[in-house]
Amino acid sequence: MDEGAPPSGAPRPRPRARLLRPRTRVDWFLTVIRVAVLIVLAVGFTAFIAQEINPDNPFARWANPDATGLTGAQFRGLVISGIAQGSMYGLIALGYSMVYGVLGFINFAHGEVFMVGAMTGMITSNKLADAGLWESNFIGSLVFIVVVSIIVSSLTAVVMERVAYRPLRGAPRLIPLITSIGVSFFLQNASVVLLGPASKSYPNVPDWVKAKHTFLQIEGAKILVIVVAALSMAALWYYVDRTKTGKAMRAVAEDAEIASLMGIDVNRTIVKVFAVGGAMAGMAGILWGILFRSVIHTTGFLPGIKAFSAAVVGGIGHLGGAMAGGLSIGVAESVGPLLILEPLGVSGVSQLRDAVAFSMLIIVLLVRPAGLFGERLPAEDRA
Amino acid sequence: MNKKLLTLLAALFALSLLAAACGDDGDGEATDTTTAPAATEAPDEPGDEMMDHLGDGSLGAVTVEAGGAVQIRSLNAITGDVAFFGLPLERAVILAIEDYGQIHGFDVDLGTTLDDLCSNDGGQAAAQIVVADEDVLGVIGTSCSGAAVAAAPLITDAGMVMISGGNTSPALTSDLAGTPGENYNVGYYRTAHNDLFQGAAVAKFVFGELGFTTAAAIHDGDPYTQGLAQAFADAFEAEGGTITGFSAVNKEDTDMVPVLTEIAAGGPEALFFPIFQPAGDFVADQAPGVSGLENTVLLAADGLLNTNYLALPQTAGMYFSGPDSRFGENVNQSTGKTAQDFLAAYEERWGEAPAAPFWAHGYDATTMLLDAIAAASYVDADGNLNVDRQGIRDYLNSIEGFSGLIGTINCDDFGDCGAARITVVQNIGGEENAVASMDNVVFSFVP
Repeated sequence: MDEGAPPSGAPRPRPRARLLRPRTRVDWFLTVIRVAVLIVLAVGFTAFIAQEINPDNPFARWANPDATGLTGAQFRGLVISGIAQGSMYGLIALGYSMVYGVLGFINFAHGEVFMVGAMTGMITSNKLADAGLWESNFIGSLVFIVVVSIIVSSLTAVVMERVAYRPLRGAPRLIPLITSIGVSFFLQNASVVLLGPASKSYPNVPDWVKAKHTFLQIEGAKILVIVVAALSMAALWYYVDRTKTGKAMRAVAEDAEIASLMGIDVNRTIVKVFAVGGAMAGMAGILWGILFRSVIHTTGFLPGIKAFSAAVVGGIGHLGGAMAGGLSIGVAESVGPLLILEPLGVSGVSQLRDAVAFSMLIIVLLVRPAGLFGERLPAEDRA
Repeated sequence: MNKKLLTLLAALFALSLLAAACGDDGDGEATDTTTAPAATEAPDEPGDEMMDHLGDGSLGAVTVEAGGAVQIRSLNAITGDVAFFGLPLERAVILAIEDYGQIHGFDVDLGTTLDDLCSNDGGQAAAQIVVADEDVLGVIGTSCSGAAVAAAPLITDAGMVMISGGNTSPALTSDLAGTPGENYNVGYYRTAHNDLFQGAAVAKFVFGELGFTTAAAIHDGDPYTQGLAQAFADAFEAEGGTITGFSAVNKEDTDMVPVLTEIAAGGPEALFFPIFQPAGDFVADQAPGVSGLENTVLLAADGLLNTNYLALPQTAGMYFSGPDSRFGENVNQSTGKTAQDFLAAYEERWGEAPAAPFWAHGYDATTMLLDAIAAASYVDADGNLNVDRQGIRDYLNSIEGFSGLIGTINCDDFGDCGAARITVVQNIGGEENAVASMDNVVFSFVP
């Protein structure tokens, strides 16, 4: 939430200071790593292009003689699936980013808020399916489960803030961070106790949602996910950037003490931040349910960690950055294994998708330590 | 300066404590090993009291005092995603013990049933609980091969035997040609088939019955799924077919489009994915949407052969390999029960039919263990039951022509006792047909 923040008053001395500072061994080491990573990426990508141009040319075959390349339709399928997955990461990442913006700590329980949203959607949609409404009025049912799930996950986030984080407002940032890990375990186990440990399915979606549409041959569910995620993002941007409450949030993010002097109720604003972040996670939970139709108590864990990585990749505290980070991690983990690793002759590439996602985080941080859109924070503001 | 000296002294003191602790540990083990042979010598002393029983005492003996109970354990996957698979196995153990009755007048006690969590960690943790109790003679389990890899070494090293009704990975026994698998342990047995048979059965079905010449396989890195996918790939190539892709997913993956795209690049006519739920749900759901796999025939194995999975809309028409569950009039020679008797008792007790195959394997495994304990034990003059651990293994090693629910059981030199009869069933489709689909046999295989 650093959009619109005025540039820091001092005429930036940092870049020059960095140039003047003698390069240490660590700097050299980092440079070597950066160059090595770029070479691996470039070689893998070139080999892939070579395969696509002509599978028989020697450069396509040197590392992986069995590589066959991808057809256009397959490549498009990968990218679309990456964007769909990435927009969910982005929606979850917004919550991480907003909370970090105002409170300066990472709320690790946010992935579980997403799981709560997906579980609520599962229960509601199955009830609707029992009543026959799911088939007869799919769009209406969808809107209904979205509303219910947003309410439940926002409430979860707000209660979490009230019970677990507000009492620790004055404590060092490490304390609420550890508390959030505890909250995360609590929510997971609460789900096991209430709903059991087995995986639970969403009802089957209508055929038109599953079928591929003439438009670019994309499955309906994925179009739905991407469109809804884009709309949510736009609504959130409007809320934060154009409304009075949004202005208050940005003010609190900048300096809570001065904001309170200006007559802003800081606690209320923080509650709203949690509620909005929870709503985005609830929305992501429903999209997850529509796309994968299966949810289990650990559903929130891995997407939560990846969304956190997405928030960092985009520059934590920056809303557009969170969305961009989510999309880039989603696409990277979907496309990366086949695009970069397979042409290099790595075996079992599909098992490496998580490794690719987190390598993406490392690579971005190597090149831009503050993330894609992040601003360098002065030392005293870093968590 | 003083402070530094103090820290140094403290560090030295801590180190010496540590060394002392380690030393104690070593001593403890030493005394343990000396007591073990002493226990085995005991029955040798009063030679004339010994009744005829199997075993030479080389693994030690367990004495059950008069009024006590013979201790065995159940170690199956009873919670989590694969509980549907382990619960019927555990219940089969319970029913088998009840049907069997006493051993030389001693009750059989199952203790607390244990959970292998279908994972390496779970198998290891549970096995440590088992071996901590020195009175335990044998374990029925695990359900999952992945858990057995960690549990079998611990349990067999403690002199106990382990008989699994659900493990099928070739690594746990042998390649059927005389070479032990990398995870084989002496004292490990199983009544489930070796997956080399299942892989061959699926390959024969795809190549011979469906008439396909190209196929691909996906596993999830678990020893069971990897072993079976590999067995299928090898057998399919031996039949004359081509494997166009062989890949793996992570158990917790949800977006399968990348791995399916990788597979689609080879354009296979059939895709065999012997994995578990929930990953199996996503593969079946997303495969038809990937360009190049629209018409590929999907096949899975016994890990997904359960009513829950068969009820999913995306699995209609899929083929599943698994153990032949047409048990007919087979009678378990130790209890005199048939599969019908078992199923009736099961339904009456738990109000449902077993959700997955292998219950009969668990039942037969339990009766084999109880028979082995009976053959390796005798009641001494004080009314105590003495059980020779090596005798239990001797009995199991010599099993030939044992009549069980699953058919005639013969144990080979590496613990494979299964009947190795495999069938392929096709899912009729629809929740209401899930149970009927389990018996919708379209192909059967006998080695």
